Amino acid sequence: MSSELIQTYFPVFVFLLLAIGMSGVMIGLSFLLAKQKPDAEKLSPYECGFDPFSDARHKFDVRFYLVSILFIIFDLEIAFLFPWAVSLGAIGMFGFWSMMVFLGVLTIGFIYEWRKGALEWE
Amino acid sequence: MSELIEAFNTFIQTPIGAIIWLVARIFAIMVPVLLGVAYLIYAERKVLAAMQLRMGPNVVGPFGLFQPFADALKLMGKETIIPSGANRFIFIAAPMLTFFLSLVSWAVIPFSDKLVLANVNVGVLYLFAVSSLAVYGIIMAGWASNSKYAFLGGLRSAAQMVSYEVSIGLVIINVLLLAGSLNLSDIVRGQTSMWYAIPLFPMFIVFFISGLAETNRAPFDLPEGESELVGGFNVEYSSMSFALFFLGEYANMILMSGMTVILFLGGWLAPFNWQCPIEFLEPLWGIFWFTSKICFMLFMFLWVRATLPRYRYDQLMRLGWKVFLPFSLIYVVGVAGYLVSTGNFPKVGV
Repeated sequence: MSSELIQTYFPVFVFLLLAIGMSGVMIGLSFLLAKQKPDAEKLSPYECGFDPFSDARHKFDVRFYLVSILFIIFDLEIAFLFPWAVSLGAIGMFGFWSMMVFLGVLTIGFIYEWRKGALEWE
Repeated sequence: MSELIEAFNTFIQTPIGAIIWLVARIFAIMVPVLLGVAYLIYAERKVLAAMQLRMGPNVVGPFGLFQPFADALKLMGKETIIPSGANRFIFIAAPMLTFFLSLVSWAVIPFSDKLVLANVNVGVLYLFAVSSLAVYGIIMAGWASNSKYAFLGGLRSAAQMVSYEVSIGLVIINVLLLAGSLNLSDIVRGQTSMWYAIPLFPMFIVFFISGLAETNRAPFDLPEGESELVGGFNVEYSSMSFALFFLGEYANMILMSGMTVILFLGGWLAPFNWQCPIEFLEPLWGIFWFTSKICFMLFMFLWVRATLPRYRYDQLMRLGWKVFLPFSLIYVVGVAGYLVSTGNFPKVGV
């Protein structure tokens, strides 16, 4: 079993290594081939010709955080749905209704978010 | 001739031979993908130009065909600028991550009936996982640049990609219900009698639009928004580090088209199960159809870019969360209910 697994995934692993190597070579070559001549003005962050007023990492809208939390919930749900969808033929009616109950609970939560305005962007 | 094949077969049995053969096969996938990326950029410029009654690139080589290589060489000769406030390591790692993630997905893509590097039995899950990681490259770039435009672009992009990933996931569930397998080759074989684009036509549309949003393409190119964010997350990048972002984005477009073709348009299968008219070209028949369908999908990507104006951000989020998510969830319930009530479950491996 495990040797079979290794046999299937070994090419993927080698592919990953080669792809990393390739991107490294491409970046490295540009360092080697091009003349590097940095100066203070060149290295300052781009801000339409001004000197940057402040550090870029300031406060940002809490909605981005909210979206990522919602994403975690729904992505988890999808992770649960993957095996369910593949084995629906084997688990039949019982499996179908169990998932419907789960989705029902999730839908109630979704409606709550919607009504509370978590999905609004103004 | 047969001796040569014999010698070759014994050679790839040896450990070193096996590794060399594996690396050769990997390059046989990677190089065409990168060439495809180069010519997709050329095709985009030509198609956009044609739609706007311009000429497009036509100076370098015949019909401007060497333009992508000229651009690559030019970028190679440019200085890599790392802004003074940036986190140097993350700043360099971000484009590399974007680039190699857009390549590794190709390890599991079946190009024809027999032609696949790693026939992983959870291929869909692998594709889904790798394409989810793509958001890291962009958010790392946005954060590490320490520039306001890049920061805003990275934030927008993360929220956008994450939102549309949910609907992509639910659309994939629909396909899995009909296919009954996570293996990409099995999913394609399940479409022998009917492509899934027919029973799942609304989902096909949702997947295509989500694919546009996932690859940050027009009309969802807000992370780049050149008219407001002057390029968004990649504003501080130059030289090869910029090129890697660019190549990664286009490789992701090709990959997204490939996923659409495999999940909905019957992968390597010829329409109406046409047989290859010429006997000795039979092995290329599947690859021919797979690449033609990908080219068709890519043309749709370019066509959309030439036609539609950019979305507003609140509209984009509303479309993802309030339209696509409920719609595809209801469709999942509908398809599952149909399968359970008729008992018409997919037979895997037929």
